[in-house]
Amino acid sequence: MSSENNPSRVRSGLGSSDFRTNLAFRHLKGRMFYLLCLFGSLVGILLLVTLINDIRQDGFSYMSKHFFTNFPSRKPEIAGFHGAIMGTLWVMGIVAITSFPIGVGAALYLEEYAKRNKLTSLIQTNISNLAGVPSIVFGILGLQLFVRGTIGYGPAICIGEQCGFGRSVMSGALTLTLLILPIVIVAAQEAIKSVPPSIREASYGVGATKWQTVSSHVLPQAMPGIMTGMILALSRAIGETAPIIMIGALTFVAFRPEGPLDPFTAMPIQVLNWISRPQAAFHDLAATGIVVLLVTLLTMNTIAVLIRVKLGRSSSR
Amino acid sequence: MNQKKLERNRLSLVTASTIPLRWFSLLGIIAVLVMATVACGGDSASSSGSDSASSNLSGGIAIDGSSTVYPITEAVAEEFQIAHPDTRVTVGVSGTGGGFTKFCTGETDISDASRPIKDKEVAMCAENNIKFIELRVGLDGLAVVKNKANNYLDDLTMEQLAIVWGPDSEEVIMKWNQVDASFPAEDIDLYGPGTDSGTFDFFTEEVNGEGGASRGDYTPSEDDNVLVTGLAGNKHSMGYFGFAYYAENMDKLGVVKIDGVAPSNETVGDGSYPLSRPLYIYVSVKSLQEQEQVREFVNYYLSDEGIAMVTEVGYSNVPADELAGTRATLASAIAGN
Repeated sequence: MSSENNPSRVRSGLGSSDFRTNLAFRHLKGRMFYLLCLFGSLVGILLLVTLINDIRQDGFSYMSKHFFTNFPSRKPEIAGFHGAIMGTLWVMGIVAITSFPIGVGAALYLEEYAKRNKLTSLIQTNISNLAGVPSIVFGILGLQLFVRGTIGYGPAICIGEQCGFGRSVMSGALTLTLLILPIVIVAAQEAIKSVPPSIREASYGVGATKWQTVSSHVLPQAMPGIMTGMILALSRAIGETAPIIMIGALTFVAFRPEGPLDPFTAMPIQVLNWISRPQAAFHDLAATGIVVLLVTLLTMNTIAVLIRVKLGRSSSR
Repeated sequence: MNQKKLERNRLSLVTASTIPLRWFSLLGIIAVLVMATVACGGDSASSSGSDSASSNLSGGIAIDGSSTVYPITEAVAEEFQIAHPDTRVTVGVSGTGGGFTKFCTGETDISDASRPIKDKEVAMCAENNIKFIELRVGLDGLAVVKNKANNYLDDLTMEQLAIVWGPDSEEVIMKWNQVDASFPAEDIDLYGPGTDSGTFDFFTEEVNGEGGASRGDYTPSEDDNVLVTGLAGNKHSMGYFGFAYYAENMDKLGVVKIDGVAPSNETVGDGSYPLSRPLYIYVSVKSLQEQEQVREFVNYYLSDEGIAMVTEVGYSNVPADELAGTRATLASAIAGN
């Protein structure tokens, strides 16, 4: 911070008294910018603290074993979250299984295989735009495509009496897959881009084929970033309410889904239903549900961080 | 030198390729865990089913529709599911209109409704050859509510309500003494549901004579709990919402009598309270005749035990003679007339 030997200051030709006031102002500016940044990062934390404090007050009054094992009920004291938890688990499991290969495949194609031409940049722009489409629009698409099995023209795709997947776990999962695919693709692309070209060149240099290079070097190196993006995308999907209400996830389901074609409910839907009841006891149940949802989310985000730390270390060896 | 480099490359190939393997094994473990949970779930469900099975009734019953009727149907479904563990009752809340869209395309067996079916919905059902019966299961009163501390808004006539809420009153009727000379010259502060709600449609239809016709300068919210908070904060406020919300907030709010009648389970039920609306379930005749579980469910819904749920969740029962008529409608539909 020695100002005397700063050439730009000398060149500006300011008198020494001017110079000092100017310096104080610059320090003030720097300080203000620092405070602005601090404020920016505190807003998020303060919001989280307020939220936790808000739900803490009534969020634990119904936290008990049977909250996790019972099905919804008109009596708040025996109502449980079990159907919603199982429904969410089923849906998220299928979302993970379907979005991972499709998302990573698309990212690999765009980064490693596609030629840099107009078509590629068109696809790229579309993927970025899809990430900004409101989730309810994906719900409408899912209703048509997966629930009813039509593409808007021609007859529905039916097997016997069953057209499309109906209002099932499968429809919900595929709709949410569409919703998070753009996020997964962009995250995976960023991760693949961050793999240094020297690694690819070295691999080609020892005679490896493209497939060997991608599968043994690029993908493993990019995996921490891909998994982080994947888990963050999943934690967005887990809280989505609008698209799955649109495709017809139900509110009262007093049984576990036992296959991908069973009807289901999900955690945010159950919370929404409880919060719109007149009785205060149901609002407390909703708060308890929110705590469970929040803990699930935080756990998923923690796993994402752990993966990044752990895999990042092992692959840089 | 070259040899060494190659060696190192091969080494890094090996270490690198173990990473995806590890990841795939982790994915595998997760998949196995998920399947195990599901399998366990299946096991315990079927065992508890066979343990307590009091009947061999099985199959699905798909219900959707009004969120107002939902609590009744949920309560009935809950009890029915306990008595018949192998059946699978599902209840959705797509709203009355959304429910009829699904009902009339044959996607659901039963539709909850907080208003009678509209002509265009009847036409849609007819187009898809869906025959149905309409069953009135209960009544929902709309409470006109005020601040607990308010001592002059005791009793309003329907005409006075129309003066307060009419579309022409916007920016005109702003003080309570414009409604009635005996009221103080205080600012009117109004709260009500948003324009998308069925409650809004019903209230405007009954009070202003036209569905959707209302003054716009009031505080709307889809969340009735927000309305409760607003009303509790201003002594000269007034608002309206479902009677069940008033019943839960009697400590904070007072109720306004309409034409001298205060809402209660009795006055809403017998129709003497003017702002009460009927709640319906619509049942597909085909499902009723062909599927035993749907037949049993609707029979249970209208049984004494089932219909008792209406008051338990905060609505009012239809009068006994009307219930007898509803039961007769159901019986004749099952018999195939």
